[in-house]
Amino acid sequence: MSDIATTGVSQTFQLKSASVSLTALELYYFDNDEFEANLRDKISQAPGFFKDVPVLISLEKYEGLDSELDFFKIIGTCRRYNIHVIGVRTANDDQRRLARAAELALLPGSSLREKKPEAETGESPGEPAQSAPKAASAPAQPAPAKVINQPVRSGQQITAPEGDLVILAPVQAGAEVLAAGNIHVYGPLRGRALAGIHGAEGARVFCQSLEAELVSIAGHYKISEDLQESGWKSAVQIQLKDDLLVVTPLDKA
Amino acid sequence: MARIIVVTSGKGGVGKTTTSASISTGLAKRGHKTVVIDFDVGLRNLDLIMNCERRVVYDFVNVIQGEASLNQALIKDKRVDTLYILPASQTREKEALTKEGVEKVINELSETFDYIVCDSPAGIEHGALMALYHADEAIVVTNPEVSSVRDSDRILGILQSKSRRAENGQEPAKEHLLLTRYNPDRVEKGEMLSVEDVEEILAIPLLGVIPESQVVLNASNQGLPVILEEESDAGQAYEDAVARLVGEEREHRFLTSQKKGFFSRMFKGG
Repeated sequence: MSDIATTGVSQTFQLKSASVSLTALELYYFDNDEFEANLRDKISQAPGFFKDVPVLISLEKYEGLDSELDFFKIIGTCRRYNIHVIGVRTANDDQRRLARAAELALLPGSSLREKKPEAETGESPGEPAQSAPKAASAPAQPAPAKVINQPVRSGQQITAPEGDLVILAPVQAGAEVLAAGNIHVYGPLRGRALAGIHGAEGARVFCQSLEAELVSIAGHYKISEDLQESGWKSAVQIQLKDDLLVVTPLDKA
Repeated sequence: MARIIVVTSGKGGVGKTTTSASISTGLAKRGHKTVVIDFDVGLRNLDLIMNCERRVVYDFVNVIQGEASLNQALIKDKRVDTLYILPASQTREKEALTKEGVEKVINELSETFDYIVCDSPAGIEHGALMALYHADEAIVVTNPEVSSVRDSDRILGILQSKSRRAENGQEPAKEHLLLTRYNPDRVEKGEMLSVEDVEEILAIPLLGVIPESQVVLNASNQGLPVILEEESDAGQAYEDAVARLVGEEREHRFLTSQKKGFFSRMFKGG
């Protein structure tokens, strides 16, 4: 089946479909000085988050003149703040032409999620602008999950301040893992796990073996003593139901 | 370039110095030019176990502070001629070990030695951090009991986050588990954690298991690295560990209790 087998020519690459969540910069109008001031202000709120982040310029809510739209200035300003503009999302042909002149990738002017990933080629200018952009209903991009491959050792603390935390190793006694979203531990959970640290009551904790010192969801917690009753040392999920932590075996979920 | 090995544990009294003495002696016996450094400033012990305490003139801190050269401070072992000891200072504070000073000494030693074994003090304070900072490999000495395992886990976490390799974003130090004071009889009775338990909790590869033995204590008291007690099980277990450290495959021994036969009972009374 493989290309190598049939053609006898070795492949230097393989095309795979990939879906990546991106930050979209929704531009309302463009004035380089104001733009820079706004950008500086945003970055100062979370300097770490914006470092080397790829950004998509979304023009669906753009109300300024196309003649004011200077992608070269946008790219330059963003780059000064270590933000990389990789593409433009718009249905307007003039705007698409400007973007292509700035060698930016083109994405069709509709919600990203409704499109196939292959659409990101920049070679389809005739793409119809179907499903007219519905203001304010564009789905928010989920924060990326933080993935840890090494054991979390005693005394270490790992935090995923925005999304889920996935740990492909044990969480040792005396270690602490925290996440705004869910916590997955593909190994024994022997330390403390705190999910939904910003109050998300729907957050859950999943682990291969429940041996935790403490499990907390949105501030509701159980200590080791109270966790012994059900699912101890087995694969479970823990969720909040009516302000109570409920432990359910994963094979019965 | 020398391979820099730290012998560490977090917990005190688990056998770090005994292990440092035996591992360094074992490496030197195989012909590798080896130096063992005592990082336990203020609680100097390594020189006692290596039986060179009466030959200490200058120490590690003297070298760091430029009061003596390395050659003046290094003590040549009398039994194995490729082995050198750099003793700790007994009178100074641990803070005398500055990061820059330690680095300078390690770099200088790296030029001429094959192996640098760093005998870490207990704890997770300055001295222990200095000992593990430069390590390419770490031998984590653990006793088969819960608190020692917990402390080993802690030191492994520190190794991952605070060593030179971690700070420079290099490949992390290679970790080895050395289980000491292992008593298969007590494991069978459930009084001690088994090898499998400890391996499962710490999740690092096993370098060796040293059986609990009176020989270890006797050797220490005589100032003899126990690896030189070649007839003893503890000595052989260290020899195996050194072999594995340099890449040889050796089966793990002394993991099950030796049932005493009729004759040994008669002759040993027991």
